[in-house]
Amino acid sequence: MPDAPENLTRPDGWAIVQRNRPAMVSLVFLIAIVLIAFTVPFFLPVSLKSTSSDTFLPPLTTGQETPVLHLCGTDKNGQDLFYRLLTGAQVSLGVGIVGACISLVIGTLYGMTSGFLGGKVDALMMRAVDMLYAVPRILFIMIFIAAFDSVFKDWLDAARLWAQQAEWKGLESTTRYLIPYSKILVMILSLGLVEWLTMARIIRGQVLVLRELTFVTASRAMGQGGWGILRKHLLPNLSTIILTYLTLTIPAVILDESFLSFLGLGIDDPAASWGSLLKDGAQVINPIESKWWLLAFPAVLMSLSLLALNFLGDGLRDAFDPKSAD
Amino acid sequence: MLVFLLRRLLSSLFVLFFAVSLTFLLTRSLPGGPFDKEKAGSAKVQEALLMKYQLNGTLWQQYTAYMRDLLRLDLRVSFKYRDWSVAEILAQKMPSSLKLGGLAFLIASTFGVLLGSLAAMRRDTVIDWTSMFGAIIAISIPSFITGPFLVAIFALWLRWLPVGGWGGVSHLILPALCLSAPYVAYVARLMRNSLLDVMKSDFLRTAKAKGLTETQALTRHAMKVAILPVVTYLGPLAAHLLTGSMIVESVFNISGAGSIFVNSIQNRDAFLLCGAVVIYCSLLIFFNFTVDLLYSILDKRIRLYA
Repeated sequence: MPDAPENLTRPDGWAIVQRNRPAMVSLVFLIAIVLIAFTVPFFLPVSLKSTSSDTFLPPLTTGQETPVLHLCGTDKNGQDLFYRLLTGAQVSLGVGIVGACISLVIGTLYGMTSGFLGGKVDALMMRAVDMLYAVPRILFIMIFIAAFDSVFKDWLDAARLWAQQAEWKGLESTTRYLIPYSKILVMILSLGLVEWLTMARIIRGQVLVLRELTFVTASRAMGQGGWGILRKHLLPNLSTIILTYLTLTIPAVILDESFLSFLGLGIDDPAASWGSLLKDGAQVINPIESKWWLLAFPAVLMSLSLLALNFLGDGLRDAFDPKSAD
Repeated sequence: MLVFLLRRLLSSLFVLFFAVSLTFLLTRSLPGGPFDKEKAGSAKVQEALLMKYQLNGTLWQQYTAYMRDLLRLDLRVSFKYRDWSVAEILAQKMPSSLKLGGLAFLIASTFGVLLGSLAAMRRDTVIDWTSMFGAIIAISIPSFITGPFLVAIFALWLRWLPVGGWGGVSHLILPALCLSAPYVAYVARLMRNSLLDVMKSDFLRTAKAKGLTETQALTRHAMKVAILPVVTYLGPLAAHLLTGSMIVESVFNISGAGSIFVNSIQNRDAFLLCGAVVIYCSLLIFFNFTVDLLYSILDKRIRLYA
């Protein structure tokens, strides 16, 4: 059989993404941010990480208590803003990525089941998604956090005590390390539990199309079971769509987290996220003595990161989602 | 037609029931009771308070009792703000949110549709690129960043507008701009893509073949169809904007309905929270219903499906 003419084959999605200048610039920027955020803070001198009496120093000044250069100035506790920005990036990006992955797993499983089973089950499952869409999302994140926060902390504490008694050093130190972060863990879980609806809808739509294709029929004729078809044939064909919507869910989760932290319901001091840094910055804004750096640096870093994620997501969607192409 | 609308109404009432049930059950099962901070925290006082607010008995009994009251349109009283009924609190907080949200909705719909159509008509020109670039920026930057920056520029530096608070029209401008910015962008993107789709369709080619100019074809034929997806989006958006925004209200120091959601969860004020959810869902149902009606007016084909 002769090959199809070159210009009739479907264009390669990755080639389209690579030609998309904004998407590629965004990708490089994001890789840089992640690398910097997860390496540089470990190499900074201790004096930058702790509080000091040098409060509200403007950027590029040297501290009086300890003579170190504060690249982005200091905050109300005399902590270096550059260090806090990077640890905040760890929290924000970490919550965004892990939360989006949780929602991706739930959404993909739900969407695939619904689309593959079809018929009445599908209709029922999609009605449930419609109904959950009608409920204010952020409200349920807040209820989940209120519900699980103390419970989860108690669990961790119980596990720590139990490990102490059983003399399991590893588990004890892990739980001791995790206890201050229990709220972040609960937030990740709640955000993941709430953000999967769009993903489920998209995946279901794709499965409905894919399952009618001849290779699925062929596979079924050869005796492949439902689960095998889903895993071996549908999942590989869904992978680019999943990647696309993962990229678009991450900024949504980051926004939700910063929203909660801005309202004071999320990350507590001394840990920071972009949202909590912005909250601190917005509190000190006043006409007499402008402490602009506390607002400007987190705002710029967060905006650029979200912008890059959205550019990359849009680029991927243009390349891989046939329905959104115009 | 009538059957279709009635069926939609029935299913949306079910959504309302579902949302309120979920809110009530979840809030009531949160750790920490509403009266834990009472000074006279003896068991007897607690019990009397629970009795007074009809929170005694099992969760199921509380729930069915509350639902019965809701059917009689009784939203009960707030735990936190004693002597205030939920209806009174909502009546006090809603007007400012309605004004602010209404203005933001107007901005989002008119500017979104205008910018989106302009971008589609001048496709692949500087106008198209800049407006779509601006849209992605507006979507990416959250309102708690745009808010303080608008304040810093227009209120503190230029001194044209007040910093925050509530009063005349001048107090509304900055918060409404800040609230509507991402939605202007969503609407503009939706409108652009939808209009581009329609511009490729056969009926528009026919219209042009009949001798209509590009502008005539667009305004008389294309717009009517292209605006449908935007109308679908605007329905839920209206409900969302009118029930108040926690962030914008906190940035601009406005006492609106948005704060109800945050505060009542923290105070475990289940009835107030449920009341707010009832209002939100009712608005949602109302606007979705309006969207359905508008659809049948804008697109004659819809009637066939009824």
